[in-house]
This record gives sequence, structure tokens and C-alpha cells, in this order.
Amino acid sequence: MDTDRIEKKILLRAPCSRVWRALTDSTEFGHWFGVKFDGPFVPNTLLRGVLVPTSVDAAVAEHQKPYEGHPFEITVAQIEPERLFSFRWHPFAVERGIDYSAEPTTLIEFVLEEIPEGTMLTVTESGFDQIPLARRAKAFTANEQGWATVIELIEKHLTHAAQTAQ
Amino acid sequence: MFAALGDETRLAIVAQLSSRGPRSITSLTEGSSVTRQAVTKHLHVLNGAGLVHCSRRGRESIWELDSHRLQDAQRYLAEISAHWDAAIDRLRKFVED
Repeated sequence: MDTDRIEKKILLRAPCSRVWRALTDSTEFGHWFGVKFDGPFVPNTLLRGVLVPTSVDAAVAEHQKPYEGHPFEITVAQIEPERLFSFRWHPFAVERGIDYSAEPTTLIEFVLEEIPEGTMLTVTESGFDQIPLARRAKAFTANEQGWATVIELIEKHLTHAAQTAQ
Repeated sequence: MFAALGDETRLAIVAQLSSRGPRSITSLTEGSSVTRQAVTKHLHVLNGAGLVHCSRRGRESIWELDSHRLQDAQRYLAEISAHWDAAIDRLRKFVED
């Protein structure tokens, strides 16, 4: 198994221009991703922001709430209109009080292709093999606790739903 | 960030496998409004992320939560992959609505 990269290919039933705006307008990106940036995306430029709950899905937003205000930054790489948008970030840089700046980043690329049904979007994130193994393992441990929390929340939710149904 | 994993049906499946142990798709769909086909699809997504696996018991497939099988590096990637799936779901909602 390739441990260096992730690739996702998705058909979106929306025009290329719509998807492009959702990706490269930093405000629109923020709406679905769940982040508020300090300004627009500019090639080869670092942009700071903070995590905020997504406005797209209330249930997800609720889960994102504990992370509200957490600093988030990306360095935009390339912007080729309606074809390629790429940036670099520190994956899983969610632990408070840790300086990730000296660590390697991963590269995220969004490649768009207009097709009759809409837009074919390919998302890749690569460079994971450069991330220290200790950091990767730690991120996972942190998430395993995340899983436990999520499972607990869901169980509460299911119990509540069952009681309401009775 | 883990909270970004946003599909409620998928989370409910994981919750069931966690609290009630390994079980079949039939058992997972019992008393639920979600179709067998939908549950199967979600199980395959979870399987792709390395979070569940299945084994045969007679004619049935038994699904089991599997958070310890993968190596750290692979599990890390599976986690991030799940985040992307969730983020892309939100992007889809955002551009298709």
C-alpha cells in the first residue's frame, strides 16, 4: 500500500466554474471546509485563518465546534484558472501548543476537468512519507480517542432518537 | 479534526460494531430505516479506510470493527482519507445545492 499519497476522484454535478469558485474563493472554501481565512488565496503565499464550524451541515458543524478558533494555515502554491489549485499544509496540525513550522508539509492538489455530466474533480494529498513517523503515530492515537468520543456521541444520539420515537 | 468525519449512518454503523460486537449486514439493518444496500455501501467505505473488515461465517459475511489491524502509517493515511471523504461530501453539498 502506498503510504505517501491519497487520491480521490469525484464527479460533481455542477459546472466547472461553480466548483472552481467553491475551491479558490477563500470565503467559499471556508464555508464547506469549516475555516475562516484572513484574506484571499494568492499563489506562493502563506494564509492564516481559524477553524470554524461548517455552514453546510449542521450535524457536522456540531462535531467541529470543539475545534472552533484553532489556528489553521496553508501556503497556496498554484492557481491555474478552472484547472489546478494547490496548496501545502501541515496535516493534522491540531495539537495546541506545538510548533509545526519546522516540519515538512504535504501538498494538496485539486485538478478540475469539465465533462458533460458536470465536473470531474481529482483531489490528491501527497508527501506523507516525509512526515516523521512519530508524528503520524501520535496523530493516530489522538484520533483513536476521537473515535471513542464520536462513538459515545453517536450512542447518545441513537438512544435519544429511540426514546423520542417511543 | 476527527470530528470532520461527517456521515451519520457510517458513524452509527461504527457505534453499533463497537457497542454490540461483530455482526452481519442483516443484523446491522434490523430496526433501522437504512437499506441493506446503503449499509453495504457504507461498510465498503469504512473497509476502504481500514476501519472495518469482514469474514465469512457460513453463508454470511460478518463485519467487525478493526482499529488495530493496520500499521500506523497506513492507519494515519486512512484517517486522513476519511477526512477528505467527509470534506468532499460537504463540497458536493455546497456546489450541487
